[in-house]
Amino acid sequence: MNNFNHFYDSEERREVLSIIVVNKDSVLSRIVDLFSARGYNIDSLTVAPIPNSEYSRITIITIGIARTIDQIVKQLNKLIPVLKVIEHRDVIEKDTVLIKIPLDQSLSDVDVLARAYNGAIQNVTDEAIVISATDDPKRILNFIKVIEKYKPIEIVRSGVVAMER
Amino acid sequence: MKNETETIEKQLTGSQIVIEALHRENTEVVFGYPGGAIMNVYDEIYKQNYFQHILVKHEQAAVHAADAYARSSGKVGVAIVTSGPGFTNAVTGLATAYTDSIPMVVISGQVPTAVIGTDAFQEIDAVGISRSCTKHNFLVNDVKDLTRVLKIAFHIARTGRPGPVHIDLPKDVSIELANFNYEQEFDLPTYKPTTKGNVRQIKAALQKISQSKRPVLYVGGGAVLSNCYEDIRAFAHQTKIPVVETLMARGIMKSDDELLFGMLGMHGEYAANMAMSETDMIICLGARFDDRVTGRLDVFAKKAQVVHVDIDPASIAKIIKPNYPIVGDLAIVMKQILEHTKDFEFNDYSSWNKTLLKYRKQHPLAYLEDSDRLKPQWVIQRTGELLGDKALISTDVGQHQMWAAQFYPFNYPRQWMTSGGLGTMGVGLPYAMGMKRANPDKIAVNFTGDGSIMMNIQEIITCTQYNLPHINIILNNNYLGMVRQWQTRFYEDRLAETTLDIQADFTMLSQSMGGVGYKVHTKEEFDAALKDAVESNKVAMIEVIIERREEVLPMVPNGHALDEMLLLETKGDK
Repeated sequence: MNNFNHFYDSEERREVLSIIVVNKDSVLSRIVDLFSARGYNIDSLTVAPIPNSEYSRITIITIGIARTIDQIVKQLNKLIPVLKVIEHRDVIEKDTVLIKIPLDQSLSDVDVLARAYNGAIQNVTDEAIVISATDDPKRILNFIKVIEKYKPIEIVRSGVVAMER
Repeated sequence: MKNETETIEKQLTGSQIVIEALHRENTEVVFGYPGGAIMNVYDEIYKQNYFQHILVKHEQAAVHAADAYARSSGKVGVAIVTSGPGFTNAVTGLATAYTDSIPMVVISGQVPTAVIGTDAFQEIDAVGISRSCTKHNFLVNDVKDLTRVLKIAFHIARTGRPGPVHIDLPKDVSIELANFNYEQEFDLPTYKPTTKGNVRQIKAALQKISQSKRPVLYVGGGAVLSNCYEDIRAFAHQTKIPVVETLMARGIMKSDDELLFGMLGMHGEYAANMAMSETDMIICLGARFDDRVTGRLDVFAKKAQVVHVDIDPASIAKIIKPNYPIVGDLAIVMKQILEHTKDFEFNDYSSWNKTLLKYRKQHPLAYLEDSDRLKPQWVIQRTGELLGDKALISTDVGQHQMWAAQFYPFNYPRQWMTSGGLGTMGVGLPYAMGMKRANPDKIAVNFTGDGSIMMNIQEIITCTQYNLPHINIILNNNYLGMVRQWQTRFYEDRLAETTLDIQADFTMLSQSMGGVGYKVHTKEEFDAALKDAVESNKVAMIEVIIERREEVLPMVPNGHALDEMLLLETKGDK
């Protein structure tokens, strides 16, 4: 009678969480500790203060079955400095990537490619150029794949920020 | 000029703020141990007359004693320790209280803020360590923040799902000056525990309960913490729904209540585990479906609907997803339940109760008198007969703990102090200390084993010094008995490091620290020793030589379903 198979045995899903916290009492390490102590995944984590307030927003991308996601949200809410946890449903996600490419590569298409992913060339030196792009995380992954043929020296991703539509 | 003087007069040092705050929180006793980083606070403890300080012999015992003080009184327990090793010794105490949701405030000294992070003498990242075993913790960097931290710490400790709060106080902060005003309100917008249950959900649950055929009330430690046993008894008796208790909930029902079918779980009573296996409606009141309660989870309560009342939303659907989740303070929710109980016509559960009574008769909690030596269960039962409600009971962890939970006649909540969640050996003696301090009119009894008792044995002398008499009943089988039982059952009797052949002379040990001691082999000797121990009004050690190979039964082996119990084999069994 107590049949909640969709809860116990669901497919793993990707969840975007916004956690609004008070900037006090080492709140970030509390959140990271919670994930490691209870064995939850963190796929991406970003944090920045919310303008004109005492709060910060932490955006976490995690992966888990329904029951795990349910626990993550509840355990986060239980932390004293956490004001609220938002489980995003219809969300705009943005990820930024910085990529350094050596100048000895053929660079004719780089500018065009970057533009296709809402990006641009940011800096050019004698040895390398740095391009950036900001886009949906899936497209950023795609962009990184495409750019691999230019043998990038370094790739830096920002992690995901998200906002409900 | 005059105004300026007034302002100056109101200023207190950080240490004075601690003392004044403890006083305003009605603290009457602090358990602790001084040291370099906390000396300023101890200097103020010396000067004050608000509360007693009990100097333990080891910081772990200070926190356990404060924990038992809280368990047995319902108030917030307080302990103070120094930095570094003082704090790390306290960690087991914090973790024990955290796992059982016990309200406590533990204050530790810390090296001065200027040297934090330099690996200074007796420096350790205390808040980093305590983060995962406290409800919340604070490192106070500014004396101006200290009053807020103290007031919020007590508030957090005692509200919502209670728990220990740790405050780390650097030495310089404890001598700096700040204004003190404890009446000030401090806003805490991120912490607002839900206390009232959702009425529509409660009614829907009652409707479903009333139509169920085999409901059972599964009552946990939350019922003790929220002080609502009278309402639970009333609800059970109005509806005639049978009750099972967790280890933490012993005493919620009177031991002889006809609706109580005992403790459930790994060492639960046969009837209680059968009730949970056959029920079609589990009403969980302040329990959390611990693995020691559910047994094999994928077959647990498959036939049952579940109503789960808990103040901690994270406890709900953590293990078992309920059909009717109700978040709220059990004390308030029980009032709401009782208010609406009369609106529903409950089924007649007399045949269900009869079934459970039949199970109880088939396999009652029992033991055999088949040894020359005393049986531990007899010792506990006999203590119950002789002391009954006059005694508060603490235990350590192991076989003796389970026998005590099974065989002592608990009749009211907070009569029973045990480390349920963490299973900390060594709590028994400091628990006896803390519960005696909170309840001077009761007889404090610690059931312990020959393994556990040695883990905080040094505190006998503390109890002598502060006149906190209690009786340690050591059920001595020269084994770490619970591990030995598993080794026998599941490791082909290879007794790896569980035999305790060389032991202290417990009588002399007790006497050397101002107590009395008895070594007991027979029933007559036990009766005489217990009587003498009570009358001595000293710390007593009654060492009872028990049957070495006695087992805790029933037993649900790890990974088995709740109804797959190993049971006592009697000679007449078919």
